[in-house]
Amino acid sequence: MDRLTGTTAGRAPDRSWPRSLTRVPYWVFQDEAVYRAEQDRIFHGPHWSYLCLEAEFAEPGDFCATFIGEQPVLVTRDVDGEVYAFENRCAHRGALIAMADHGKARDFTCVYHAWTYNLQGDLTAVAFAEGVGGKGGMPPNFCLSDHGPRKLRIAVVHGLVFGTLSNDLPDIEEYLGEEILDRIDRVLGGRKPVVLGRFAQRLPNNWKLYAENVRDSYHASILHLFFTTFGINRLSQRGAIIVDESGGHHVSYSAIDRTAVASNEYRDQKIRSDSEYQLADPSLLEGFSEVGDDVTLQILSVYPGFVLQQIQNSVAVRQILPRGTDDTLLNWTYLGFESDTEEQRLVRMKQSNLVGPAGYVSMEDGGIGGFVQRGIAGASDEYATLQMGGDTAESSESRVTEASVRGFWLAYRESMGFVPDDDAPLPEIGKHERTRVVRA
Amino acid sequence: MDNQVAIARAQAHYARCIDDGPLEDWPMFFTENCHYRVTTADNYARGLPAGLIWADTRGMLKDRVSALKEANIYEPHVYRHMLGQPAILTESGGDVESETPFFVLRVTGGGPTDLFASGRYVDRYRVEGDQALLRERVVVCDSKEIDTLLALPL
Ligand code: FES
Ligand SMILES: [Fe+2]
Repeated sequence: MDRLTGTTAGRAPDRSWPRSLTRVPYWVFQDEAVYRAEQDRIFHGPHWSYLCLEAEFAEPGDFCATFIGEQPVLVTRDVDGEVYAFENRCAHRGALIAMADHGKARDFTCVYHAWTYNLQGDLTAVAFAEGVGGKGGMPPNFCLSDHGPRKLRIAVVHGLVFGTLSNDLPDIEEYLGEEILDRIDRVLGGRKPVVLGRFAQRLPNNWKLYAENVRDSYHASILHLFFTTFGINRLSQRGAIIVDESGGHHVSYSAIDRTAVASNEYRDQKIRSDSEYQLADPSLLEGFSEVGDDVTLQILSVYPGFVLQQIQNSVAVRQILPRGTDDTLLNWTYLGFESDTEEQRLVRMKQSNLVGPAGYVSMEDGGIGGFVQRGIAGASDEYATLQMGGDTAESSESRVTEASVRGFWLAYRESMGFVPDDDAPLPEIGKHERTRVVRA
Repeated sequence: MDNQVAIARAQAHYARCIDDGPLEDWPMFFTENCHYRVTTADNYARGLPAGLIWADTRGMLKDRVSALKEANIYEPHVYRHMLGQPAILTESGGDVESETPFFVLRVTGGGPTDLFASGRYVDRYRVEGDQALLRERVVVCDSKEIDTLLALPL
């Protein structure tokens, strides 16, 4: 029996939100009530959340423990070969059904009172249901099929498993849209991913600061100095930002511009062409064309908390999990592909130095959210400004734009039910004028 | 000199080099062709090859140090390594495999002393005379979670 009944979203905190996408109130990173409402309205609401990779539970009986927001979830492969997911919470008194991150199981028996579930999440047995010696036991009208963890709706896209607790949303193809689907297909389509490693990073900031950061192509060559410092040519790159219609998903990519490289026109303009710093071992950057095109970087996000990354030959997925107003868990899974040659695998290993908690181009992202979280302490009545590249959330050829960050907030205020308010601060704020705050 | 003594000595200097500097000397604890990787117990047990840091030459270790000094941006912090005794697992001539438990405390900015990482070094040393150089060091962290970021090596 399908126990998926959707969710009743909690009431959105009574807040006014600026109509302009260029203003983001800082309370959204701080407010406990907002945080609680996000769990209901976003993570348990009508959105597809990334759960795990199909490659992590390939065989019947394999399972993988993950989360949708804060809610623990089990994803399984039943003997029928199909993928199932259900809340990892015993229907009896709420204990975790499975404690391991990964494993193989014929069924799941809760350690507390041994209630047993099959791989699809149906309750199949209750210990001492008949009592002992004719005494005790469950009431005669107790029906196993009425009790079980909530089951998730599942969608698999090129080996990425998404799930939702809601019936009120379109299927994944419609949710993602063609452009996003195409770009997932570009990296994962037609080949079998292999997990090369899993790492987790604890970020001292609100999850939305990381969601912003991932969509923020403006900061990339400013905060991350690795490439420019070592005189590695990054200016001969063409690229673009794609923002989907909802605003919530995005793709940022760049590609080698062969004409520019050939003419050396850009190479001569290296930001630090007189740099004395060079890599002692430049093999780190000797890569190969990832899927046969010239795109050397593609960062893709799916609202609310998923990222697929191709940075040269470093391919990874990231799962952003909120853990508190100023606490976020970021799960990294580094990928290779079954078709990799030994040399290609070696390149992936070397280039894994670019990403993750110790990554040359991403360690800064681990710290920067904390700098913002600390910076906005005491400023809950003030606003961030997002005016780079205009005030819309549209795709553009320039990556010097905050369009996809604005897109995130467009999707966010929609999913949270915040009503845009004309009285909230305008985009143009005088130099010394303090922002006015309007509250309902 | 006894391998155990040579390795314990090298490791004490290794820890001191990272904790008190100069960090530039850190690659010199390794042979030219080496393997250094920071991973987790879970990845290690499953045989997953990727690392948070992954290097197969001393040059890559030098690049790690120069990137930290010249390019990467992170809040200043210091480590204090506490190493246990190396357990010698195999010895054949100067080729020694050993394991050493560690924990590392971190002080970030003006903050408190935090327990940042615990784990073990899974090592292969080349011992010549009284000098022990790392051919391979796999830093196996007990926890899969890294707090904020990992800049300085372990
Ligand atoms: S809580 Fe699971 S059986 Fe009681
Ligand atoms: Fe970044």
